[in-house]
Amino acid sequence: MSVIEMKLEREVAAETIKIQARKVQVHYGTNHALKDVDVDILSKNVTAFIGPSGCGKSTFLRCLNRMNDTVASAKVSGSILLDGADIYDPRVDPVQLRAKVGMVFQKPNPFPKSIYDNVAYGPKIHGLTRSKAELDEVVESCLRKAALWNEVKDRLQSPGTGLSGGQQQRLCIARAIATSPEVLLMDEPCSALDPIATAQVEELIDELRSQFSVVIVTHSMQQAARVSQRTAFFHLGHLVEYGETGTIFTNPKDPRTESYITGRIG
Amino acid sequence: MTDMTDHPLLMPDARTKARNAAERRFRAYGLTAITLALAALVWLLVSIFSAGLPAFKQTFITFPVTLDAATLDKSGKLDPVEMAKVTTIGYGKLIDKAFAAEIEAKGIAHEVKPKELGDMISEQAGASLRDMVLANPALVGQTIQFQALANGRIDGYFKGRVTMETASRDKNTSPEKLALADKLRDAGVIAVKLNPGFLTMSDASDKRPEAAGLGVAILGSLYMVVIVLCLALPIGVAASVYLEEFAPKNTFTDIIEVNIANLAAVPSIVYGILGLAIFINFAGLPQSAPIVGGLVLTLMTLPRIIIPTRAALKAVPPSIRDAALGVGASKLQTVTHHVLPLAAPGILTGTIIGLAQALGESAPLLLIGMVAFVKDFPGLPPQGLFDPAAALPVQIYNWTQRGDPGFVERASGAIIVLLVFLVVMNAAAIYLRRKYERRW
Ligand SMILES: Nc1ncnc2c1ncn2[C@@H]1O[C@H](COP(=O)(O)OP(=O)(O)O)[C@@H](O)[C@H]1O
Ligand SMILES: [Mg+2]
Repeated sequence: MSVIEMKLEREVAAETIKIQARKVQVHYGTNHALKDVDVDILSKNVTAFIGPSGCGKSTFLRCLNRMNDTVASAKVSGSILLDGADIYDPRVDPVQLRAKVGMVFQKPNPFPKSIYDNVAYGPKIHGLTRSKAELDEVVESCLRKAALWNEVKDRLQSPGTGLSGGQQQRLCIARAIATSPEVLLMDEPCSALDPIATAQVEELIDELRSQFSVVIVTHSMQQAARVSQRTAFFHLGHLVEYGETGTIFTNPKDPRTESYITGRIG
Repeated sequence: MTDMTDHPLLMPDARTKARNAAERRFRAYGLTAITLALAALVWLLVSIFSAGLPAFKQTFITFPVTLDAATLDKSGKLDPVEMAKVTTIGYGKLIDKAFAAEIEAKGIAHEVKPKELGDMISEQAGASLRDMVLANPALVGQTIQFQALANGRIDGYFKGRVTMETASRDKNTSPEKLALADKLRDAGVIAVKLNPGFLTMSDASDKRPEAAGLGVAILGSLYMVVIVLCLALPIGVAASVYLEEFAPKNTFTDIIEVNIANLAAVPSIVYGILGLAIFINFAGLPQSAPIVGGLVLTLMTLPRIIIPTRAALKAVPPSIRDAALGVGASKLQTVTHHVLPLAAPGILTGTIIGLAQALGESAPLLLIGMVAFVKDFPGLPPQGLFDPAAALPVQIYNWTQRGDPGFVERASGAIIVLLVFLVVMNAAAIYLRRKYERRW
């Protein structure tokens, strides 16, 4: 083990590790989409996954809350520990896991229900609140955290699908944090948004960091640089490089990272 | 102004002209096809309605009948058992006598033999009066204003089906009777009125088309449609949800899928044979019963509900499923809270159209004996489901097989009733689809 690696190891240990992934492999049928990925995701940090499209970022993200279970052809191996417990242990119920590891998708996908019901849905099915008043409170606080409250407080009963794209995505974030997850996974949450909505969501991600570990997939390197503390670079199913965002962008160790960052592969 | 006639933009080239001509030709073909289809539809509707609408009206003869206690209640004790011994024929004689007396009282001259006067009144009249008296024995001794159905030939005369010319060759009526009918109409004794009995009365025998109604058939069809709805909708939706959302995609489910598609295309009479073999011969259920018809139609309707339901489930965007699973909903919660509500309009539409097809189906019902002549109304469910009943499409078929032309009018009227039910059901399907169609 090299000196640098040992130093890194110690730093990682200093901050608590939320998710520890070791030798994660994903096959879609015969397509080997993810090869030997080792990552430690720290709590109360924003971790960005970057890389050319098709390199397996979403695939890895979807391993973290077992959304890949819904893909019949996907086969996951290796170990992913959440707070030291293997989430692929047969005793783990993926439904329970997903309440702890929330997810925001690329395309805003609010339920075709009212704004209120969108946010209230998670707490309701998990029985997190005992009264209507308590539920109201949760809805309000989540919408506030998602920086949406002021825009929608007068029309909580109007459909969530009637909001603008940026508002819809913030509604989806509010919905995801309403189950009080510990980790929030975001798959290119801004790719369908205009620059202003993107800025709002990025600001929001920075605030969410105080309570959740956030993992964000992005195709925009500027975005990764702006919002994340740690960055992982994926290429062709391999995790090429992982470290502090500043280091990755200013002083990449791997030539592939360097060429991606300087725009030579993409 | 410069002359622009030879500007290239103003002179379409040969290719463009040919393309435009092809487009015009195509439009003409399309328009012709639609015109032909519409003309056929109009022709169909006009012929059905012109033949069938008269069935909703009926010729009635109204005159006072004295319910003579000496003939109707010989014991004088108003004992129902004793009174029931007086037959329909006894009441018929009473009616004939009262009718003749009424003609005389009105001073109407005619050339009908006194013995034949009663033939102008439906044979049903005696039975109706008997039912009336037995239901309310207090009427005995009174003189009531009785409204009797006119005989089918008299009715046909006022509806244009029978003329003096045809009557002269008809042993069931005569020109003299028609002439008398005309006079009675002028005197206000005979009138053509709306006939609710067409919808509420039961079928009648070959000699009295004027008394035949759709009551039993409508009730039988209603029972069967309800059975189909209660069985085919839950089973069909459960099967679709399982196949679409839960079942693994493998060869076995592929085979099931192909078979469902094939079942939807199986001729309906095959389901009738199946029903005969399973429900009647094997399970021993009664013939002609709505329960058997309902079960057979359920089998037939199931694939026709499963196919649109699966299409509706497929049409729900996967992002909604991801969203629900992503906040930790279970598979079943995802389906019941999000997927099914979004698919509901499609499911409802498919179900209603499946029910409408079941309502209009006759072939399988013929095989399980629903073509039998049924005079008595089936009882209330659930026992009533095992009583013999008729069904609308089979009743239509049945009436077209009868000799008396009065039944042709009845059959056309029944077609109108069936069409109205079908149009209402399809309109409901369209309305529901429009109302609950969601955008996501
Ligand atoms: N549901 C799926 N079924 C089969 N193959 C998939 C599926 N999702 C992704 N893949 C494959 O896995 C690889 C990685 O895809 P993905 O993780 O979506 O890439 P990224 O998000 O980095 O663009 C690609 O080759 C893609 O074709
Ligand atoms: Mg992706």
